[in-house]
Amino acid sequence: MGFSDLLSQYDTLDMAAYLAGVTPADVERVLAKHSITPLDYLALLSPAAEGMLEAMAQKANGISMRHFGKTIQLFTPLYLANYCTNQCVYCGFNTANKITRSQLTAEELRKEAEAIAATGLKHILILTGDAPAKSTVEYIGDCSRILSEYFSSISIEVYAMTQDEYAYLIDKGVDGLTLYQETYNRSLYKELHPKGPKRDYDFRLDAPERGCMAGMRTVNVGALLGLESVWQRDAFFTGLHADYLQRKYPATSIAISPPRMRPHVGSYEPASIVSDKNLVQLVLAQRIFLHNVGITVSTRESAQLRDNMMPLGVTKMSAGVTTAVGGHTSDDDSTAQFDISDPRSVDEMCRAIESKGFQPIFKDWEPF
Amino acid sequence: MEANNNDALVIGGVSLTSRLFTGTGKYGSDTIIPDVCASSGSQVITVALRRVDTNAATGNVMQHIPKHMQLLPNTSGARNADEAVRIARLARAAGCGDWIKIEVISDNKYLLPDGYETAKATEILAKEGFTVLPYVNADLYIARDLVNAGAAAVMPLGAPIGSNRGLKTKEMVRILIDEISLPIIVDAGIGAPSQACEAMEMGAAACLVNTAIAASGDPVAMGRAFGEAVRAGRAAYLAQTAAVSTGTADASSPLTGFLGGM
Repeated sequence: MGFSDLLSQYDTLDMAAYLAGVTPADVERVLAKHSITPLDYLALLSPAAEGMLEAMAQKANGISMRHFGKTIQLFTPLYLANYCTNQCVYCGFNTANKITRSQLTAEELRKEAEAIAATGLKHILILTGDAPAKSTVEYIGDCSRILSEYFSSISIEVYAMTQDEYAYLIDKGVDGLTLYQETYNRSLYKELHPKGPKRDYDFRLDAPERGCMAGMRTVNVGALLGLESVWQRDAFFTGLHADYLQRKYPATSIAISPPRMRPHVGSYEPASIVSDKNLVQLVLAQRIFLHNVGITVSTRESAQLRDNMMPLGVTKMSAGVTTAVGGHTSDDDSTAQFDISDPRSVDEMCRAIESKGFQPIFKDWEPF
Repeated sequence: MEANNNDALVIGGVSLTSRLFTGTGKYGSDTIIPDVCASSGSQVITVALRRVDTNAATGNVMQHIPKHMQLLPNTSGARNADEAVRIARLARAAGCGDWIKIEVISDNKYLLPDGYETAKATEILAKEGFTVLPYVNADLYIARDLVNAGAAAVMPLGAPIGSNRGLKTKEMVRILIDEISLPIIVDAGIGAPSQACEAMEMGAAACLVNTAIAASGDPVAMGRAFGEAVRAGRAAYLAQTAAVSTGTADASSPLTGFLGGM
């Protein structure tokens, strides 16, 4: 059974009614369990659970301490290119947007790598727009080869690929795959992606699984919160996706990100507002549902919120972030994908993590 | 306690007076590691090679491990025997010595060890001169395979790693202690000093404790508590615990009464 089969099992579930029907007593029962079911997880996303965040936080903190301890893994994104053939209505890279387009040369990439490596970071996430003819698999592979001279872990957040393409990139030094479905709502997905290769919902939906089959060490899924009018829908299906992958590919380390929409070039307005409280609720619910998955909170969120979320189940945070191509060596942000909320340097992030009694982890992988 | 002064645990030719092994993961700051080593009295410390960065000027866990500690690098991240072997060789090349704790885990949800792959890696690495300490389920057949493969000790889990649930595999560990000639070191799952003490009373050769110390409210104090618990448990084992009453010593209808008349 593929993940789309699993998803379709929930076609008849009236999620809004289910969420409205959850009582505080239901939430208490869920919190008393050692392991919870998908519908228990959904109960933790309910309005009733929103009133019980402290109890959820205590449970999530205990699970996190046992599985991950007082540590936060650090990484930074490196944008290789922002050419894009898609028209995702919510994204600054939308091919219809008039922004400066560029792609790093090998020489420029080395300068970016040196600048990032000088901060001490050892884990890197490389990104491109969705332009396979411009940012080819071979180009990404060549970049990975170069970056492996500077970093111990390389993840990709690029367009959806075939299993063979993922295997090719693993051979070039890539060990992690991040790919967001954006929304698990099939009809909404079609509306949001009117043109370009990303329009193929199923090819994207199964890409994380292809990454697992190809041998990726880490596979990170997520949905862009705010696209769905009921934010719990995508939050629920993201958890379900992670659970599905973890059960089917136990050798792969599965991770989740809960990105919220940020201001960008273009004028798409979120269909729902996910409050800070809801974001915290979501991360707590994810940790209680999936004890061992990594949870990444990016600089889409503010410094204050990120600092306060450290003990709640978050395992990975970005630092020294730019979403512009070449942004680690230049102040020109005309190529940026979106505005970030937490501009702190790696050094500043380390101090913040330490002041919370946590340890910033630079290196947690050894290529062999 | 005088009699216990000669009670050293010898592994790979190294004589250890402390039977508490500790770890380096999950601490809020690695700077606390020397204090935990001191308070616990531990002489063996495990570190994941994936965390070691010999080139880092700061933030390198190795900087915080006291020189007198016996380093026990582990193969965290290995999914099969081949990967464990490659990580072990890298650890040796990186100057981490010849001891290796084999962790082969291909299930990231429960982090349970793969005994078959672990035994294969043990055989290869033992032949290459490593002192191999494999982390496995508490299973007699796996333990026998490890003996044949040349392991220096067997490290059965007490409960799933990081769970702090205690000595849940007690009866299986007891079988290993009775049947396996190698030191049995209980690794993973021990959440409280009393549980470590219990394992030592049973005759475990040592305990490896990381999460219960690192994730406690005061790792230095908890390290001391574990050190004392392990010593107490070992002393009790050596002293041979007095027999437990079964409540039938004064049975009203003795089964051997007939012997008196013969």
